[in-house]
Amino acid sequence: HGPYQPHEPGYGLYQPGYSPYDDQIPDPKSRMLAIQNAKAYLLKSSTASGLNLYDHLANMLTKILDEQPTNVVDIIENISKDVKWAQFRKKMDTLRDEHEILPTFEAAEKRKALFLKANGEGDEELEEEIGEMPLPNVMETAFYFEQAGIGLSKDEYYHIFLALKKLITVQPIQTCRFWGKILGLEMNYIIAEVQYHEGEEEEETEEEEVIEEEGKGMGEDEDEEKEKEDEPPKSTYKPPPVIPKEENGTGANKFVYFVCNEPGKPWVKLPSVTPAQIVCARKIKKFFTGRLDAPVVSFPPFPGNEANYLRAQIARISAGTQISPIGFYQFAEEEGEEEEEGGRGRDTYEENPDFQPLSVAEMVDSLSTWVHHRQSILKQGRCVWLNPFQKPEEEEEEENEEEEKAEEPDELQQEIGPPLLTPVSEDEGIQNNPAWTAQSSTTLIPQYAVAILQSNRWPGAYAFASGKKFDNIYFGWGHKYSPENHTPALPPPVQAEYPSGPEITETRDPTLEEELAFKAAKEEALAASEEEEDDEDLVEDDEEEEDD
Amino acid sequence: MEAASLPAALELVAGGGAGLSPEKRAALGASLLLLQRDYRFERVWFWGCIRGVRGAYYIAEGLGPDRAAPRSRLYSLDCVEWSLLPPATEEMVAQAEQLKGRFQGDPAFEYEYAEINAEDAERLFEDGKEPVIKEEARLVATIEQIDRAVGVIPRGAFVKTPLGSVHENRNFEGLSWTEAKKLSSYFHFTEPVNLKNKTLLEKALLDPSTDFLDSLEHDIPQGSWTVQLEKGGAVVVLRSLLWLGLVFYHVPMTKQYGYIYFGTGEKNLDLPFML
Repeated sequence: HGPYQPHEPGYGLYQPGYSPYDDQIPDPKSRMLAIQNAKAYLLKSSTASGLNLYDHLANMLTKILDEQPTNVVDIIENISKDVKWAQFRKKMDTLRDEHEILPTFEAAEKRKALFLKANGEGDEELEEEIGEMPLPNVMETAFYFEQAGIGLSKDEYYHIFLALKKLITVQPIQTCRFWGKILGLEMNYIIAEVQYHEGEEEEETEEEEVIEEEGKGMGEDEDEEKEKEDEPPKSTYKPPPVIPKEENGTGANKFVYFVCNEPGKPWVKLPSVTPAQIVCARKIKKFFTGRLDAPVVSFPPFPGNEANYLRAQIARISAGTQISPIGFYQFAEEEGEEEEEGGRGRDTYEENPDFQPLSVAEMVDSLSTWVHHRQSILKQGRCVWLNPFQKPEEEEEEENEEEEKAEEPDELQQEIGPPLLTPVSEDEGIQNNPAWTAQSSTTLIPQYAVAILQSNRWPGAYAFASGKKFDNIYFGWGHKYSPENHTPALPPPVQAEYPSGPEITETRDPTLEEELAFKAAKEEALAASEEEEDDEDLVEDDEEEEDD
Repeated sequence: MEAASLPAALELVAGGGAGLSPEKRAALGASLLLLQRDYRFERVWFWGCIRGVRGAYYIAEGLGPDRAAPRSRLYSLDCVEWSLLPPATEEMVAQAEQLKGRFQGDPAFEYEYAEINAEDAERLFEDGKEPVIKEEARLVATIEQIDRAVGVIPRGAFVKTPLGSVHENRNFEGLSWTEAKKLSSYFHFTEPVNLKNKTLLEKALLDPSTDFLDSLEHDIPQGSWTVQLEKGGAVVVLRSLLWLGLVFYHVPMTKQYGYIYFGTGEKNLDLPFML
């Protein structure tokens, strides 16, 4: 390695008495000068890249000392290259800490919007509205239910309160009620039950008629379409008649329901419910996902999407569990024509101004102090029975006309449900359990107790009564209680084919030999008969037509 | 959920509509503390409420020094007087599984076997017992089943010491927002079943002090848990669809978590049809 021979440069330096650098400039002053020259040389900028070696070496050594990689001497060239590349990158760190925009912030914004007073609504409008307050006192109801341990947290109630207020300002609503909350897989539903003003409903019906035409349509449309397509043979299959849904404002469609996923999100109106949907909803049991447009995949196939299924369940729950203390509602006395209606029953009621509330103890002890104030839904899916075999020419749908069914196969029995305002004690129980559980909210302070009823058939439906106040509410998953496991409907049995017999069995086509033989035999027979009867001229073309 | 944090916790799980009345809340605040004193529990959890047809049972659990040991369970009809329940045995659980229908609300109510094997009947007759089950036994079995099936804790909340006992993790600061939405960050707080079936590669990634339980991710049927953000996204709420009424809440980035059951105590066997 080292210089061993005297002629090699630096030989003399390793001899004792000499330092290895003695071949360089020995003089200190000129050594300093030499150092400065060397440094100036290193600092000279390159003409090609504008870098200078001094800075480059400084950067490289800094980087090495910072990072302390292993086996530096082996990768020194790569480090040098990297340092040069780093010239071209921006000095800023590309990974910046972005402020996370959490979805909670957006949700908080929406809820804050609830608290702001809408622009343009001065105090003038408030004065008008104070006369008729469609907005229910949600917090008061919340208080009573809380005495029984039922209900949401206070903030959620308040948010719902404000959301209802917003709904009322947007839609022309006469009465409004917080119906309850239905839980879903991804999101939950908050439901408001609403009745429009008298004249406002007509706009909605026009929209719905348009939708109906796109859908199943009435029976008349189907007949017309069949007549146009006359060429192929018309099938004689008549699908079972579609039972028309009840008019808005009556029966199962008495109230209109609005839903939203969270208070602060816009309210969406649920479509009216049709009897077919109710009938199908009775057969299936599905969780709600929380999105109104989600399809409901089930057997029997549900005619609609989740919005329709939700509406159907709401209709069933309301019909089964909306109860009030006896005497709160009474029948309006104008309907004296009850006899003509036959078994129709009354479907309107009004508040009884002379209502005397019973004590809480009485309300809890006996279930006959509570009555249903919603019509129950019949098997058909409507609250008021309708004979579907009516000829569609009649515009008025009158019940009890069973004479019109000349050609129809079955005679439908008129379905009658329990009349309005039947006591709750007549509800069927489930397996020895009563349909309702009555409790007092507290046994320690009976003077201020509240009577609470919990439904056993629809777990999650509650009602309270205290003095003159009462209300119903629903918190749950939206399903009926069934002690047996849910058995889905089986698919229909495989339809039998037409029984094969000799009449319809295709016979083999005759072969050529058979045809010729037949032809010959027939000619002989003709010839034989011709000899007997000379008058007749048999056309022999018939036989020739057998050439297929 | 912890007895100490009960009021705040009830606010957070109230999204399902079930809760406690102010009277019960006040009573629990006092009686759970007394339970802790009388039975020398280290922790008292308010487990929840099973609603019967005629009354409701309020259940509390007491934990000893090893949090994973079998817990003592107590029930009360009014949140004031508590009675200890016998520990659950496999036989009890098997018998109670055959019962269907609501709880009655009376602990001494006797169910009669509707359909039982002929062998069981003979065996019981030999023992001199009649084939009845008391509601108390059914209660015990149901609570055990629910705890085993759907009792949930967040990952990292409990640590297992090398000696085998389980303690709360004092360094647990809560799950992050992204973690909180995943089912794999929550564990069943019961003896693990699937843990030993994991492959060695998977096990290598686990931390034996915190990952000693089964996670909810592989529960059958898939989708039997709903994960929702409530209160505008501040709370993560898990609801079980197998046992309707079980609610687990957790506020991410904080130490608040807990589960509670408000329901009828019946398993939802229709779950596969409903999903």
